[in-house]
Amino acid sequence: MAHASGAESAAVLQLEGVSKDFGAIRALSEIDLVVNAGDVVGLMGDNGAGKSTLVKIIAGNFHPTHGKIRFDGQEHRFDRPLDARSVGIEVVYQDLALSNNVSAAANVFLGRELTRRVGPFRFLDHRGMNARALELFGELKSETRPKDLVKSMSGGQRQAVAIARTRLSNAKLILMDEPTAAISVRQVAEVLDLIRRLRDQGVAVMLISHRMPDVFAVCDRVIVLRRGHKRADKPINQSSPEEVTALITGALESA
Amino acid sequence: MTQNVAGPLSFSNVGRDRWWKRGAFASQTAYVAIAFVLITVLVSIFAHNFLSTGNLLNTSKNFSYIAIVALGSTLVIITGGIDLSVGSVMALVAVMTAMLMKTFATTWLAGIPYAGITLAVVCGLGVAALAGLVNGLLISKIRLSPFVTTLGMLSICRGMTYVITQGRGQAPAGPQVDTFYALTDGKLFGLPVPLIYLLVLAAIMGVALRHSRWGRWVFVLGGNEKAAQLTGVPVDRVKISVYVLCALSAGFAGILITGWLGSAPANLATGYELKIIAASVIGGADLAGGVGGPVGAVIGSALIEVIRNGLALFGADTYWEQVFVGTIIILAVLVDHIRTREAE
Repeated sequence: MAHASGAESAAVLQLEGVSKDFGAIRALSEIDLVVNAGDVVGLMGDNGAGKSTLVKIIAGNFHPTHGKIRFDGQEHRFDRPLDARSVGIEVVYQDLALSNNVSAAANVFLGRELTRRVGPFRFLDHRGMNARALELFGELKSETRPKDLVKSMSGGQRQAVAIARTRLSNAKLILMDEPTAAISVRQVAEVLDLIRRLRDQGVAVMLISHRMPDVFAVCDRVIVLRRGHKRADKPINQSSPEEVTALITGALESA
Repeated sequence: MTQNVAGPLSFSNVGRDRWWKRGAFASQTAYVAIAFVLITVLVSIFAHNFLSTGNLLNTSKNFSYIAIVALGSTLVIITGGIDLSVGSVMALVAVMTAMLMKTFATTWLAGIPYAGITLAVVCGLGVAALAGLVNGLLISKIRLSPFVTTLGMLSICRGMTYVITQGRGQAPAGPQVDTFYALTDGKLFGLPVPLIYLLVLAAIMGVALRHSRWGRWVFVLGGNEKAAQLTGVPVDRVKISVYVLCALSAGFAGILITGWLGSAPANLATGYELKIIAASVIGGADLAGGVGGPVGAVIGSALIEVIRNGLALFGADTYWEQVFVGTIIILAVLVDHIRTREAE
């Protein structure tokens, strides 16, 4: 399976010296980081610190200007989000990328619909997709009915649909972009539970968030970006919200 | 089943909608179908000859042309687009098919049975597909707005129609022209063939929309195009396909009308684009995208025709048709708006 050199045999994602320039602006400089299987890593930083740029590079939205991306020990160069997905990197987008007018199951299987061959035609396997979606919602312990339209769902259920989508292909790394930004307090707890369940199944999760309590509630490790530089990368129990705030604002240079 | 719904996690705040807000009842198509039945009953009570066989056959034929194009137009509208060029595509395909038939009749093709008419129809539909392809490419690859692109295509196709005909009507001709008339204006099982074509096409479209990956992607394009893109749906290809199919439906209807009229005038189907879009919208297609279907397109077109026919039978001024159609568009959308607001 994993055959990276040295001690980091469980490393899922490794970035080495990743930089990204947009014209004269250096959005990211010399980022090194490692994410292991089952890690829940919080990625924090102020607006413009480079979080989104980093996520987009990992997700295959654009190439890094310098540096290498290794996934499962293999070096990769992703040209499209589909390339990243095919090796096992899934993204839960901030707006969830759900289509309101079709069912939960249809959204889970969007772009990967199951079909049955009948003569020369291929028809959607509605029953198969509904059954598999129900199974995935069950694994996530979410009360979501596969046949319901996403239009009529709560924020927590929508998150479950978006997360269930990443479970279709047994992704090894899930990037979550502000999953708790726009939902109620009660639903935040549900989403954090979903993240813990992913971790228990050995999936690595990278949580991009502005919300300090969420990061401290669910992450094992916190990475702080400021002005495109990595300022901290440490176990969450050796840090504190005060320290992270200081790192984000620049009151503290590094930790 | 590996399901264990234990623990405190639940979403008990989400109930099920009342029966009249669910499934088939919860669609504008259902409301309009009820309105259609009511209006048909009213018309048949007050206009005695409405239910005569002759009138019913005529009415069902008349609305089929609009409805066939409304099927294609509905596909485009579901993806969140619009196609204004359908009326002039109908005209261009109609005159080209008639002219080619006449031309082929004077060549060696006349010697091969049915070769002339077949080739003329294929070429006509090819022109339609080309117009749809240009629309689709400009809209998907260059990201021009569908409204402006198809408005341009409307003008181009109408202009081409006048250029090649110099404004003169074109009659189909050739050795097998009777076969052409039989296939476009004949009867099958006692029903006018345009109606048969319409029902077959609507059934195919219904199955394709609900039970194929392509159909699902058509809906998702209208629901959230960005989500479709991010999940690997071939967005551009699906978009091009709906514009090509829409133009093909227009071309096909144009050929049918040629058979009905026995000639293709250069001003054929002028202004039909609005009638066709109106039929789609009355039937429940949402111009914002994501909603619609073949049943709606058929019922919307039928409703317009029943009103027109009813007014004619009452001896009323048929210019009122447009007033009624406009009122129904607004009423249909209004009822849907009130219903969805209530649901929130």
